[in-house]
Amino acid sequence: MKRIYVEEKWCLGCHLCEYECAFANSGIADMVKALKGKEIHPRIQVEDGDGVHFAVNCRHCTDPLCVKSCIAGALSKDGDGMVVIDQNKCVGCYTCVMVCPYGAIMPAENGKVAQKCMLCTDNMKQGEPNCVKYCINRAIVFEDRG
Amino acid sequence: MSDTLFMYPEYEVVRDHDKCIACRVCERQCANEVHSYDTDLKKMLADSTKCVNCHRCVCFCPTHALKIVKSDDTYKINANWDKQTINEVYRQAGTGGVLLSSMGTPKPYPVYWDKMLVNASQVTNPSIDPLREPMETAVYLGKKTAKLERDEKGRLQDTLPPQLKLSVPVMFSAMSYGSISYNAHESLARAAEELGIYYNTGEGGLHKDFYKYGKNTIVQVASGRFGVFKDYLETAAAIEIKMGQGAKPGIGGHLPGGKITDAVSTTRMIPKGVDAISPAPHHDIYSIEDLRQLVYSLKEATDYKKPVIVKIAAVHNCAAIASGVARSGADIIAIDGFRGGTGAAPTRIRDNVGIPIELALASVDTRLREEGIRDNVSVVVAGSVRSAADLVKAIALGADACYIGTAALLALGCHLCRTCHQGKCNWGIATQVPDLVKRLNPEVGYRRLVNLVTAWKHELQEMMGGMGINSVEALRGNRLMLRGIGLTEKELSVLGIRHAGE
Amino acid sequence: MLLEGQQRIPSGCAISGVIDRSGKGMSGEAMIRSISVMHDRSNGLGGGFAGYGIYPDYRDFYAFHLFYDDTFAKSNTEEFLGKHFEIAYASEIQTRKIPEITDEPLIWRYFVSPLSRKLESSHLDEAEYVVRCVNKINTFIKGAYVFSSGKNMGIFKAVGFPEDVGRFYRLDEYSGYSWTCHGRYPTNTPGWWGGAHPFGLLDFSVVHNGEISSYDANRRYIEMFGYKCNLQTDTEVITYIFDYLVRRKKLTLEEASHVVAPSFWSTIARKGEEEQSQETLLRKMFSSLLVTGPFSIILGYTGGLMALGDRLKLRSTVVAERGDKAYIASEESAIRVIEPDLDTVWAPAGGEPVIFTLYGGRK
Repeated sequence: MKRIYVEEKWCLGCHLCEYECAFANSGIADMVKALKGKEIHPRIQVEDGDGVHFAVNCRHCTDPLCVKSCIAGALSKDGDGMVVIDQNKCVGCYTCVMVCPYGAIMPAENGKVAQKCMLCTDNMKQGEPNCVKYCINRAIVFEDRG
Repeated sequence: MSDTLFMYPEYEVVRDHDKCIACRVCERQCANEVHSYDTDLKKMLADSTKCVNCHRCVCFCPTHALKIVKSDDTYKINANWDKQTINEVYRQAGTGGVLLSSMGTPKPYPVYWDKMLVNASQVTNPSIDPLREPMETAVYLGKKTAKLERDEKGRLQDTLPPQLKLSVPVMFSAMSYGSISYNAHESLARAAEELGIYYNTGEGGLHKDFYKYGKNTIVQVASGRFGVFKDYLETAAAIEIKMGQGAKPGIGGHLPGGKITDAVSTTRMIPKGVDAISPAPHHDIYSIEDLRQLVYSLKEATDYKKPVIVKIAAVHNCAAIASGVARSGADIIAIDGFRGGTGAAPTRIRDNVGIPIELALASVDTRLREEGIRDNVSVVVAGSVRSAADLVKAIALGADACYIGTAALLALGCHLCRTCHQGKCNWGIATQVPDLVKRLNPEVGYRRLVNLVTAWKHELQEMMGGMGINSVEALRGNRLMLRGIGLTEKELSVLGIRHAGE
Repeated sequence: MLLEGQQRIPSGCAISGVIDRSGKGMSGEAMIRSISVMHDRSNGLGGGFAGYGIYPDYRDFYAFHLFYDDTFAKSNTEEFLGKHFEIAYASEIQTRKIPEITDEPLIWRYFVSPLSRKLESSHLDEAEYVVRCVNKINTFIKGAYVFSSGKNMGIFKAVGFPEDVGRFYRLDEYSGYSWTCHGRYPTNTPGWWGGAHPFGLLDFSVVHNGEISSYDANRRYIEMFGYKCNLQTDTEVITYIFDYLVRRKKLTLEEASHVVAPSFWSTIARKGEEEQSQETLLRKMFSSLLVTGPFSIILGYTGGLMALGDRLKLRSTVVAERGDKAYIASEESAIRVIEPDLDTVWAPAGGEPVIFTLYGGRK
């Protein structure tokens, strides 16, 4: 299945992906309207450290700890191997947030449920990840690496 | 009065605060630290005095809230003393230094490409549709003067000196590693390989990682001899002796110590952190017969297997110089016009020395034909070939191929801010700062170069087809296909073309 | 209005040619009939013929055909000829006065041989010596124009429809083993006889139909080697190209054809190794002599005819055979009118030379 991969070598730490993610998941068609004056809660987050930048989002692990830890059955792997969250089932215990070794699951903006990257299949981008599309240096790529 | 008089910036950053979402991308992407976020005001601010107008922030702003505009601050309007001229005086009065500039001259000199129009077939012969018929763009560069010999069976023997085969008559100009980044070089090398053309190392040696692109590499031997040794010459497809550069005829190069990193120092074989200054002339070439010796030294060193290119700047007597070069043993002569780019040049030289490539090309081609020695060399021209239309016109005037430098850099993201010499290129091209270099991902860069040249190839084919020409050889020197527009008799006679309507 | 040579004039045309490979002579009459079928491909502004083997009694002399505007040009030229050649015979070319052909210049014929002393001191081979003398007359003597200069062959041309030109020159009274002819459709009215075709240099004669788009690339290249394209016509430059490649560079006609109308690179890539290397070499060495745009030509030379068309086949050519005779024409009708019963008829591919030679080679 195609997944999002991040090449640390080419990540500039511009954080554009975070804004493009927040925008894609806002449900609002205009970026200014969606994000102006708001704190964003993106599902991809850039880690910056001493000359190193790296965008992190869900790895869609083969054997995901988050799925194992979910007490509500809200997290599961779909047929393609994508880790999906059903926020209707999520009870907001945040066990997944704590067990994810990558910090790729986080509380949603409303603070009541968890959220994670679903490769833009759950928003108006229809499976074309917005962070990938707007990564100017192609540090974030969407590829099938088997 | 202090040494540094305040000068209102030439360009201003304009932010539409209604659109700005304060994502701070502009701030993170500006190596000149123009943008900042004010936590009290909860607003992005911009210091236009630091802005070089490279448009990095404009391109990155996700809500398109930024633009750069020309400042309307003005001194008293004076047709003789314009603002830039005055500011340059202030700057020099403050520093006592030579003014430096980058890229080609921005002065409004005539661009003769734009004063020539191309022909098309009507009625008396047909245009050719490149989508339906073969349309050949391949050229071979090199001497064509071999004596015809046959073997015992009467077959012709290939006695031609070595040739360079180009799938399309475009090559990437000499740009040294040091003046441009590792990633820019990798982009050029990979694109040249995929396109079946050549890129040129410039006078900066060849990074060991790029030896694998040798068969698409032209290595340069310039007055500083940086990075020249046996393997360098042997790896290349051709060797170029750089006698001059269009943007700065008559002077050498100067790479500031700040750009001489470990890798650049190793590649150039010079000390780290020390300015790399190539002499104005080659100190072993004070006349044409000396050039011949260097040409043959390089041929000896490489067993006569590689074409030798001699690159000269387009200067007043370039036709005579070219005639000498054509008899020097060189296989290819490259002529670089004065609108050509540079990583750094003294402003006065860039803006005032040399002649436009169109006129130089026309006079060189005419001269070589008058002397019957046009076959001795291929002619490659550089110095502001901006589009496929310029390419078509250059070939029709007599060029075998063109070098493109600025256009290639634009494809890599360059926005012609003309501050290469400051070493803080926000696009990762003209810089050695690791954080900036990584901004140019060669995977992206090489693809964009391939796209550009491929697009030009299509356009070349379209224009050739319109003229009823299906092989680029039949366009070369075909000046009847050109007409001048708004040119004087003298300009027309130098270009060797007629006026539109004639 | 500017004359031919003072400006470049594109023109469409009709061409036809015939050779008897046994070397038997035929009169020019058949050619006249052949070209007249293609009347509509000409517009009355030029026609001409070339005949080979027509001067057997003077076979060792160069036959110069000249147009003179006036007797002044004639005496200047004869003075020049006398200094450079032994003149074996000189006379006015016999013509038939017909109402269709008007404004004729003085038309003279000289059988000449280079003065050995002059030739020796020129350090040139004989052919080159003759070529240079012809160029001198055509470039420097006002009102004089050499329009035919080969041995045992002659070109006859005028302003008019070709069939009228043939009758005017009484070609029915000549006998040659091969003939070519040309009817012209120029796009202006220069009305100059020298501008009609065939164009000849030594024993090469070319008739051509089409308008080449590579003209200036070819011209500017070939002029490097001492040729002067005075007429600014395609036919002239094509003649010089063949003269350069065949006479001076010693290429065969087939090799010269691979230069003028080479296979596409993609086609060459599919050929055998030997053909590939030969054709690639020829394209590399003589790339500026590649001719693009529509053309179909008949190249006449001592002992043969060659048909060659551009590589896209933008102009029609038909060739045919009947016994010893071989035919080449723009249209099949022009062949059928003189030989209805043909053994073979075919249309050569673009860039494919078709060569018919006398049995046993040149005679």
